[in-house]
Amino acid sequence: MARLGLIINPVAGLGGAMGRKGSDEPDIAVRASVEGRLSQSPERAARALDTFRVGCSVEVLAGPVLPPRGEVTPVGPATLLGTAADTEACVREMQGKVDLILFAGGDGTARDICAANSGGIPILGIPSGVKMHSGVFARSPERAGRLAADFLTDPLRRTEMVEVLDLDEEERRAGRLSARLYTVARTPLNRRGDRQNPKAGSSDTVGEMDGAIAAYLRAMKTETLYLLGPGATMKVLKDRLGGGSLLGVDLAEGGRITGIDLDEHTLIERVAGRKVRIVVTVVGGQGFVLGRGNQQISPAVLRAAGMPRIDVICGADKLAGLNPQELTIDTGDPALDSRLSGYWPVITGPGRSLVMRVVA
Amino acid sequence: MTASLKNYLENSNGYHAAKWSEPVVMEMTGTGRRGVVFEDAPAPKLPGKAARKNAPVLPEVTEHDALRHYLHLSQMTLGMMGVSLFGTCTMKYNPRIGERATSEHLKKLHPLQEAETLQGVLELYDNFSDFLCEVSGMDQFIFQAGGGADAAYTHACLTRAYHASRGELQQRDQIITTIQTHPCSPATANTAGFEVITLSLEENGYPSIEQLKSVVGPRTAALMVNNPDDMGIYNPDIKEWVKIVHEAGGLCFYDHANFNGVMSRLRARELGFDACMFMLHKTFGAPKGGGGPAVGAYGCAEHLVPFLPAPVVKKDGDSYVLDEDRPQSIGRVREFWGNAPQVMKAYAWARAMGAEGLREAADISVLANNYMDWRLGKTKGVSRSNPGIDAPRMEMTRHSVDQVTQDTGCTVFEISNRMTDFGIDALWLSHEPWLVPEPFTPEAGELWSKEDIDYWIDVLEHVIAEAYEDADLVKTAPHNGPIKALTSALDEPSVWATTWRAYERKHPSKIAAE
Ligand SMILES: Cc1ncc(COP(=O)(O)O)c(C=O)c1O
Repeated sequence: MARLGLIINPVAGLGGAMGRKGSDEPDIAVRASVEGRLSQSPERAARALDTFRVGCSVEVLAGPVLPPRGEVTPVGPATLLGTAADTEACVREMQGKVDLILFAGGDGTARDICAANSGGIPILGIPSGVKMHSGVFARSPERAGRLAADFLTDPLRRTEMVEVLDLDEEERRAGRLSARLYTVARTPLNRRGDRQNPKAGSSDTVGEMDGAIAAYLRAMKTETLYLLGPGATMKVLKDRLGGGSLLGVDLAEGGRITGIDLDEHTLIERVAGRKVRIVVTVVGGQGFVLGRGNQQISPAVLRAAGMPRIDVICGADKLAGLNPQELTIDTGDPALDSRLSGYWPVITGPGRSLVMRVVA
Repeated sequence: MTASLKNYLENSNGYHAAKWSEPVVMEMTGTGRRGVVFEDAPAPKLPGKAARKNAPVLPEVTEHDALRHYLHLSQMTLGMMGVSLFGTCTMKYNPRIGERATSEHLKKLHPLQEAETLQGVLELYDNFSDFLCEVSGMDQFIFQAGGGADAAYTHACLTRAYHASRGELQQRDQIITTIQTHPCSPATANTAGFEVITLSLEENGYPSIEQLKSVVGPRTAALMVNNPDDMGIYNPDIKEWVKIVHEAGGLCFYDHANFNGVMSRLRARELGFDACMFMLHKTFGAPKGGGGPAVGAYGCAEHLVPFLPAPVVKKDGDSYVLDEDRPQSIGRVREFWGNAPQVMKAYAWARAMGAEGLREAADISVLANNYMDWRLGKTKGVSRSNPGIDAPRMEMTRHSVDQVTQDTGCTVFEISNRMTDFGIDALWLSHEPWLVPEPFTPEAGELWSKEDIDYWIDVLEHVIAEAYEDADLVKTAPHNGPIKALTSALDEPSVWATTWRAYERKHPSKIAAE
């Protein structure tokens, strides 16, 4: 019998209302209670659970706090610390017991869950945080609840890998906006856009991406140095070239990987004097092609490489789920961003591309 | 016309589809039951290995049982018998006289007869080509393609032949389309070996000229678009688009499947297009049938005529001939000259309508859409795609019930299922990928009366009200249909079976129980 895990981060979203860029600071809960603020996450989790219950009647294990309504089985520590440790304890307890972890929180919560999710249980976010760059969030609590019900009642339980990003706190305190790619997580397929007709046989995104990558490999030129960005889609390309990193920027030439997880300085050295091409995918759920999760491909790297061509590979359904329908760049150099803005063809399948407007 | 919703709600019996407890025909077998038995039927002479050792396991039923069985199944088949405002498909009544005409005039002909003995049907083909040339400004039509997608494929093949004849095929390997063009354009362009570049929508509801310009160049082989597009939006920049593509050396193909709202109001050739296609099984009143007996009438301007599939019907003095001697032709796209009965039915329809009839029908289609749009604009929870734009909408509009889904959890599938309980055919939603959440796209054309349209919208409003009051009632629909909502068994290859043999293999216990 399937079970659902429900994680409610009681401090998620508090930072936003308090003018913070997130709720990760250790004392945020204390300060919020002093200011008399309540997190929206329990209520949002309850809304998701309401919709979930319409389509699915399985047992729900919930913690570290409980939703204000709905029947659940409590899990987690008896006394809460008010930190990430609470979330992680719940996730550990859910291992082997649930088939999907639905959580109310933001990017930070997604990260905490992934850190403790040793069994790789699929996760799905109820948007309740301040920062939500990760690809694991549904568009609304109701959609999250419905998707969770659909997933648990679908005998095939189709999933896909998406990126989990979070703002780098140290960078942020230094005044720089910088989202780091922390990991990739398994999430129910088709969670982003709007659920498509399950009975009409939707187009096969996995097959399309597979074909796109195979076609890209065939067209790669021996003399060119390829700079390959992070992410699950790119990992498939890197694996065909002998294996590379999931979260890092790698180099490939002559049909194989020749540098793994390189930093900005190394990249600048390696691209000098070479004919370069950059390949990236859309990272996370917000439509970023440059500047989130792949900051290593910095303005300095782009200039050192002679402003090379940038190829983007991304599934059509992921693009269709973007609202507004555009991609974003934020390299930290506004002049460069506006120079790169315009229309970019994104490879969506073998012999197929979709032109997207790219804005700074 | 349909009776009002009030009438329906006050009549306690309402609507209910026929529902039979019908076994699979294999389960109806009674040993020795037969239809007609021919005592002296000759046994076929087969070469040794071809003859099977055991007799096939066929159902043994009487003629009467067989007839009743299939009649029951047909009665339980939903669709195309209620009110069907099925957008992008232009559902039309197919005049019975078309059946009569084909059975009287075509039944006894065969396309392999000598052309001299086929003068009547050849004349019809030639006249209809002239008619469509007049409507589109093209120079020649052929009727070989077995549907709209086949006509798009014909164009992709002509594009190849045209550029090859100019020595530019190596260079021109890209075809440009838009995300709201019917998926058959990108699909057939890919099949013909081209790379496909799809343009995305912008604020106006269609791609900007700048976006088009960003991809047009020496690699451009063709532009393949429909206009109005798959959600009824007419791109007013289309002349400029064609000019840009022509200047780069590409061809322009107009998928005219959504012709209904613009019939007699514009000509594809006058907009600059090199070729276009019409769907006879849609706009021109011929029946649609499971993707089979359809016709995509493909027409092109003089410079492409040499590449058309052969044979082309031509007038030679006083008689008509089948011109097979076409050295630059792409060859056949279908056997013989396509589906002749459909051509005859569409021709009869077109002649009966005449130029004025076409114009009136186009105007009524747009009027009906405007009326629906106005009423749906007042319907709780319904929104229109691209609400802020002023681009013209023609014969259909894409709407969304996203608000209802957000508020009640009822999706557009469930709302559509519930509407079938009122004798309404399932809604047309949208091609994929969905850019508009929870979409539906109604189209009334010139067929459906104001009463029908009102009934349809009344039912939608009624179902949305139900969703807010009792979401479960909507989610568990249909209640008055022969079957309930489909289960997820369709996703389980270990459960579903499309043949009796597979059923026996996958469900041995059920078979044993009988
Ligand atoms: C705009 C458009 N083009 C092409 C087609 C494909 O036509 P067919 O189904 O006859 O292949 C359709 C189908 O309705 C359509 O709406």
